[in-house]
Amino acid sequence: MEKLQFMLILLLSPLAQGIIKKLKAMMQGRRGTPVLQPYYDLARLFKKDMTIPGTASWIFHAAPYVVFASVLAASMLVPVFSAGGRPSGLLAGGGGFFGMGDIIAIIYTLALGRFFMALGGLDAGTVFGGEGSSREMTVAILVEPSMMLAIFTVAAASGSTNLGVIANSGNFFFSPAHVLALAAFFVAVIAETGRIPVDNPDTHLELTMIHEGMLLEYSGKYLAVMEWAHYMKQMLLFTLAADLFFPYGIAGAGAGAGIGIAAAGFWAGKMLALCFGMALVESTRAKMRFFQLPSLLGAAFVLSALSMITFVMTGK
Amino acid sequence: METDRPDKAVSVVNGEISSACYLLYAAGCLFLGLFSLRDLLFGYSWYLSLPLSGVLSLSFGGGGLSAYFVIILSLLGFCVSIYSVGYTKHSGGGSPWPSFFIFGIFLSSMCAVFYSANIPAFLISWETMSLSSYFLVVSDTTNIESSRAGLLYAVMTHVGTAFIMAAFMVMFFATGSLEFTAIKAGLAGAGGLRSVIFVLALTGFGTKAGIIPLHTWLPRAHPAAPSNVSALMSGVMIKSGIYGILLVAFNILGAGAGLSAAPLWWGVAVLSAGAVSSVMGIMHALMERDIKRLLAYSSVENIGIILLGVGASMIFSCNNLPVLAGLALAAALYHTLNHAVFKGLLFMGAGSVVNTTGTKNLEEMGGLIKRMPWTGLFFLVGSIAICALPPFNGFMSEWLTFQSLIMGIKTSVVLAKTLMLLSGAALALTGALAASCFVKAFGISFLGVPRSREAQAAKEAPAAMLLGMGILSLFCLLLGIFPGYILKLLSGIPLPVLGSLPQFVPGGLAVFGIGSSGVLPVTLLGSFLAGAAFIFVFPLAAGGGRKSTCADPWDCGIQKLTPRMQYTATAFTHPLRRIFKKIYKPRKEVRIEYIVKPFFTREIEYRSEITPLAEAYFYRPLVRALHGLAHFAKRLQSGNLQLYLGYILGTLVVLLVVWG
Repeated sequence: MEKLQFMLILLLSPLAQGIIKKLKAMMQGRRGTPVLQPYYDLARLFKKDMTIPGTASWIFHAAPYVVFASVLAASMLVPVFSAGGRPSGLLAGGGGFFGMGDIIAIIYTLALGRFFMALGGLDAGTVFGGEGSSREMTVAILVEPSMMLAIFTVAAASGSTNLGVIANSGNFFFSPAHVLALAAFFVAVIAETGRIPVDNPDTHLELTMIHEGMLLEYSGKYLAVMEWAHYMKQMLLFTLAADLFFPYGIAGAGAGAGIGIAAAGFWAGKMLALCFGMALVESTRAKMRFFQLPSLLGAAFVLSALSMITFVMTGK
Repeated sequence: METDRPDKAVSVVNGEISSACYLLYAAGCLFLGLFSLRDLLFGYSWYLSLPLSGVLSLSFGGGGLSAYFVIILSLLGFCVSIYSVGYTKHSGGGSPWPSFFIFGIFLSSMCAVFYSANIPAFLISWETMSLSSYFLVVSDTTNIESSRAGLLYAVMTHVGTAFIMAAFMVMFFATGSLEFTAIKAGLAGAGGLRSVIFVLALTGFGTKAGIIPLHTWLPRAHPAAPSNVSALMSGVMIKSGIYGILLVAFNILGAGAGLSAAPLWWGVAVLSAGAVSSVMGIMHALMERDIKRLLAYSSVENIGIILLGVGASMIFSCNNLPVLAGLALAAALYHTLNHAVFKGLLFMGAGSVVNTTGTKNLEEMGGLIKRMPWTGLFFLVGSIAICALPPFNGFMSEWLTFQSLIMGIKTSVVLAKTLMLLSGAALALTGALAASCFVKAFGISFLGVPRSREAQAAKEAPAAMLLGMGILSLFCLLLGIFPGYILKLLSGIPLPVLGSLPQFVPGGLAVFGIGSSGVLPVTLLGSFLAGAAFIFVFPLAAGGGRKSTCADPWDCGIQKLTPRMQYTATAFTHPLRRIFKKIYKPRKEVRIEYIVKPFFTREIEYRSEITPLAEAYFYRPLVRALHGLAHFAKRLQSGNLQLYLGYILGTLVVLLVVWG
């Protein structure tokens, strides 16, 4: 069962997107689209024919598959509700979980997807694609150090970069270092998922787009694949946040079905809480100008550096 | 036309000879590689002494660290030699004959450097390596830029050699021996002298490796050299600097054998040099429009990453954490191999592009992937690998580096803990910058629409060049998905630090007991392929739209997009130039000629450049200080005879007082 836990991310990620949209609409006093709207969108896009720019090369066609496959591969590495797990056969005596759950591997597998998405944006040779790619890579540069430093602090505290070990170590509830790291990580998640105040997921105004800019030339099936991958990446990052900072209620290796279902319930609760947080931030903030982002993301870096120093000084 | 014939005949014969020579080099590299692989796998070592005169002899020895570096050399040398068969024919212009000859000397001198077992042998091979590479850098006689680059290279490399010689002289005077093994024994209790040797060696070898601020020759010399030579220089020659640091610090001074062998600040110095070089190197690479300079700066970055591992290893062994010290050094050595493979590949790819388009400027390329599909694919593989993206090789060595830096928390000194975690953040920043840099390098040159007539007319490289690149691309993948075997190979190096490497895991890499984490690149690749297969099949199964129509890209309603409207390399990095303006100090100059002010322009000239930090804050003050010193010395030289007599008298008096 726990080998298939990535299916939750695969199947439920459009729902999370729908919930955020619905919550946002409720906070803003609108009725909003149905919670299942992202599924309808995907189904409709999958049915449509595609328009391919004549200037594009095979990179344009490969990018959606690479983006999706890298996000899915990263999802397979994440303990969603169970830290027990996948491929133990290859590792004799490795205690089960060594094949999965390494957070550096997860972050870099996601980076492979971003790399190809940026190439897909550049491939058609249009201004907006290039602009989107350039901005996406710039935001990544600003986000990556603070995100990794926050992760390092948590990893150093539990002696491993493995999410399974981090979840099981359980030695860090509400230590100052973890609160600071969480704040930094949350900002990083906002930036990575392309949400306000970093990027506006609903915009179609060309000059302000980041994520949408790269996808501007995509249509039909490819657009559906890209969007689905984006939803999955969002839920994956939420799950990472839950694993790193609220690992309470994750089933251990060899846990029974009952515990597994309870753990999945815990996970769903955490996802809902994070969706609420995102909707709250999106409803109460305005999108920042692109060149104001360094101050926000710089602050996140300071937070994560503070968190690291706090941890080194206090050992907690 | 008649007169052309003899020349042509000569060049055909030349071409045949050069092809034969390059194939010979390839065969030689293959032999050397297998020979060293045998040494390393079975733990053989050999020793050879050639007496010159009296006490002076040249001695060479194989096995261990030498064997590992020779394997790197021969792997890259093999592929570059095959590539060169096509490259020299293809590039045409100029007489190739001396260059293929010097190429052989260059290859063998690098090999001799790695095999040297005493000071004379090392210095002679080192100097041969420097001089032969100098001649290769300036071999493009039509280009004034390359002879200027060559001069700078010659000066810098000899400054480095001077420091290395000083280090060796101190060793000789302290121990009275020229053999490395005897020196090692003699220096065991030398105290403060050991630190002097270390600093001299770090400076000298750091110049060759390209540590910031000693890197300044690198982004000039590598682009000026022919691309097959740049591949070797960036892939292997600068690694001889790393080899030198490891030789002196670990083999001779015995760092890695605990606190008594090397004080903490050695490791801190190497770690800081690594962090600064990696971040600053890639930040400069990002701003480059010249594809080969971009790659050269990226070499500075990768040398920095290697030094992060070396420094971490020294810090760990100071703190009596031998397992972690082994892990960190293994990360550094692994990355040394990986960088040789993908940087060689990228320089060769750049060489193919430069050959056919005749320009190194990214802004004049574009759309090349349609015209050179194989070169494009190989360059893409190299780009993914150098950005440390799984499942290629760069990822595995950076993963190990990350692991060792995070475990810096286990050291007992607060400074070391903080520095190592911050270095980890620097490495993360480096990774993100590198991704942006290579999205730019690949995206602007190979994707989009051709930006010039030359790019429009580009042709695929000949088969020999593609073969050389293809083999390295395959190695990028293999070294990435079988990391366990590399660690097994490394555990054959008889350094005390590498005695306790992480457990061997087929098809993966895992650190048990210390960090308890692991990656299985094979599984990762498997799940990636499964994901791709799923999303390929899913829409078909769902019965979605299968038709696709071709159309012009979205142009906001204007009639037709031109190639000049694409995002350029300069535009791509503009946000970063603006965000990091404190570091880059960009200068911008816009000149507009109007027909009717302010609406109709005839010509716009836009010029922007960044200030290279090392030049502005290190070399310019240095040169100014030297000039000042010269001015001061000039005052002594008044030309007055009486004054000179006075100097002699003064000197005599001082001498009498001192000795009397």
